[in-house]
Amino acid sequence: MSGQSNQPREPREIPTAFAIAEALRIAMASDPNVILMGEDVAGGGRRPEGTDEMGGIMSVTRGLISEFPNQVLDTPISEMGILGTAVGAAVTGLRPVVELMFMDFIGTCLDPLLNQASKFRYMFGGKARIPLTVRTVTGAGMQAAAQHSQSLYWMTAGIPGLKTVIPSNAADAKGLLLAAIRCDDPVVFCEPKGILFLSTDVPEGDYEVPIGKAKIVRVGSDVSLVGMGATVGMALQAAEELARDGISAEVLDLRSLAPLDEDAILTTLAKTGRLIVVDEATPRCGIASDVAALCVDKGFDFLNGPVRRVTAAMCPVPFTRVLEEAYMPSTARIVEAVRSLI
Amino acid sequence: MQPTPEILQVAYRTMRTIRSFEEKLIELVNQGKLGGFLHACIGQEAIAAAVCAHLKDHDYVSSTHRGHGHCIAKGVDVRGMMAELFGRSTGTCRGRGGSMHIADIEKGMLGANGIVGAGIPLATGAALTAKLKKTGGVGVAMFGDGASNQGAFHESLNMAANWQLPAVYVCENNGWGEFTPTEFVVPVKDIAERARSYAMNSMIADGMDFFDVYAKAGEVIARARRGDGPTLLECKTYRFTGHYVGDPLVYRVKAEADEWINNRDPLKLFEARVTGEGLLAADNLRSIDEEVTERITEAVKAAQEAPFPDPSELMQDVYAVN
Repeated sequence: MSGQSNQPREPREIPTAFAIAEALRIAMASDPNVILMGEDVAGGGRRPEGTDEMGGIMSVTRGLISEFPNQVLDTPISEMGILGTAVGAAVTGLRPVVELMFMDFIGTCLDPLLNQASKFRYMFGGKARIPLTVRTVTGAGMQAAAQHSQSLYWMTAGIPGLKTVIPSNAADAKGLLLAAIRCDDPVVFCEPKGILFLSTDVPEGDYEVPIGKAKIVRVGSDVSLVGMGATVGMALQAAEELARDGISAEVLDLRSLAPLDEDAILTTLAKTGRLIVVDEATPRCGIASDVAALCVDKGFDFLNGPVRRVTAAMCPVPFTRVLEEAYMPSTARIVEAVRSLI
Repeated sequence: MQPTPEILQVAYRTMRTIRSFEEKLIELVNQGKLGGFLHACIGQEAIAAAVCAHLKDHDYVSSTHRGHGHCIAKGVDVRGMMAELFGRSTGTCRGRGGSMHIADIEKGMLGANGIVGAGIPLATGAALTAKLKKTGGVGVAMFGDGASNQGAFHESLNMAANWQLPAVYVCENNGWGEFTPTEFVVPVKDIAERARSYAMNSMIADGMDFFDVYAKAGEVIARARRGDGPTLLECKTYRFTGHYVGDPLVYRVKAEADEWINNRDPLKLFEARVTGEGLLAADNLRSIDEEVTERITEAVKAAQEAPFPDPSELMQDVYAVN
């Protein structure tokens, strides 16, 4: 079932959604304390005459109920109840993975994350473990409109005690999710819509991508493009375009938003002297601003120009395609930002 | 279910410890020696003592902002608790939590909680762990009438009933949600009625009568342990003091409070019954009183002499893995 080898084997191309399912399968097979809870995670699959074809809104958990009938729990549409129960289960010995269908729904269940899971270890004098993972779909681009398209990871990344990770490709999604599930801290695992159905090479078997480590995904020397989640792909495309004009862009994939790999950001800035951060979220109080502040605070001497932020617009996510595209960051806007610096 | 004299002795010690602990806190606050937000449960001691008399360390209790009694009844050491209130490094939570966050997971105490209703899903989660890992344990949520108006309460009861979890929801209905009488914000006569929406078992106990709560809690905890599902157990009680320590009580008619305090004090009712029925001797109770007073005095002294945490500890334990 799950490749038991510790060494990644030959890669093959699969979509991020499948890679996430592989990670869940490996985690549940290797530890019976890992449970998966959420709305529709099994769907009709619990019924003898039903099918296990649904597996959540994005079909990520398709088929898991048949393989792990005792570890996959359908819940009512009760985000507060689900999250709060999962925190209680995590503190008492289970290792729950909760699917929060869209991160927009965090408004109905923030307290278990904001005041419970994130605080217990510290507040109880270091005597609690909270091995909780919250998987949640983020981002725009599917015409899902204002309440199903937000990138709210800046909220969870701003809460001490929580970790927040966001993969940019299928291989990292699998490794980061395995690391998140096995981590004794509460981790919010973002599943950006922009990458869920994109395929990349994914090693088979069991492997982890360390939480808190960014990764250079393209080496360059003139400008650093810092992305996260779906914006890494945009940055790579922009780098490709810029290369045609003889501009060499380095692309850094943050992968973890909390903790933030400050060293990696400052290292690429020191190398190129110019930095643009690309964030799918709204611009205020966010990761892009945080990265910019870091560059000014700890990397001022490396800077050969202003730090530019390419982000979503400071408005609700619009429905109609033309406005949604105008709202989101894009390759063209990254290229434009680079040209303003060089 | 009749408690044995040994159980009664432990129960009295628990109730007296809660009462003395909180009377001491009020005294210390009045003397300006203690800070922070404190909420006393004086008047509600019988419920904590009677429910926890049926619990072991592997059973979990979640609590509320009014949580000292639940902590003491669940076996959390009062010296650690007192040191915690003084913010010392010897405190239960090394001075990081304070009154509203005293927790001791090893003792099955999931913590007092500063958010009304937040403990209810935590105990539900503990019950889920017990069921899936077959520990034989139960999850018990202690909460007030006010918390029964929160979504967390309704979502938890629905899930627990649906999954037939080994959970018990103990509502301490003290008639007041902070400064507002319960009947002004709750349309049902009894909180217990709310269980019907979830096809859940329910019971009502006299929260001032240790024996009544002991019998009913025993029954529903055993039921949960057997795998026969959760219960909402409403205990009618009264908050003798204010919402918080220092509350001037301007919103409450004194005659109402006096009626409860003079005629329905759970410690006095307990004493009258155990001595009247010859279950425990008055002398025995007085010696427990003395022992408790000594323990509390000693806890205060030890707390005041203990060191504060070093400021270098500020960033410790934010994460398990850095």
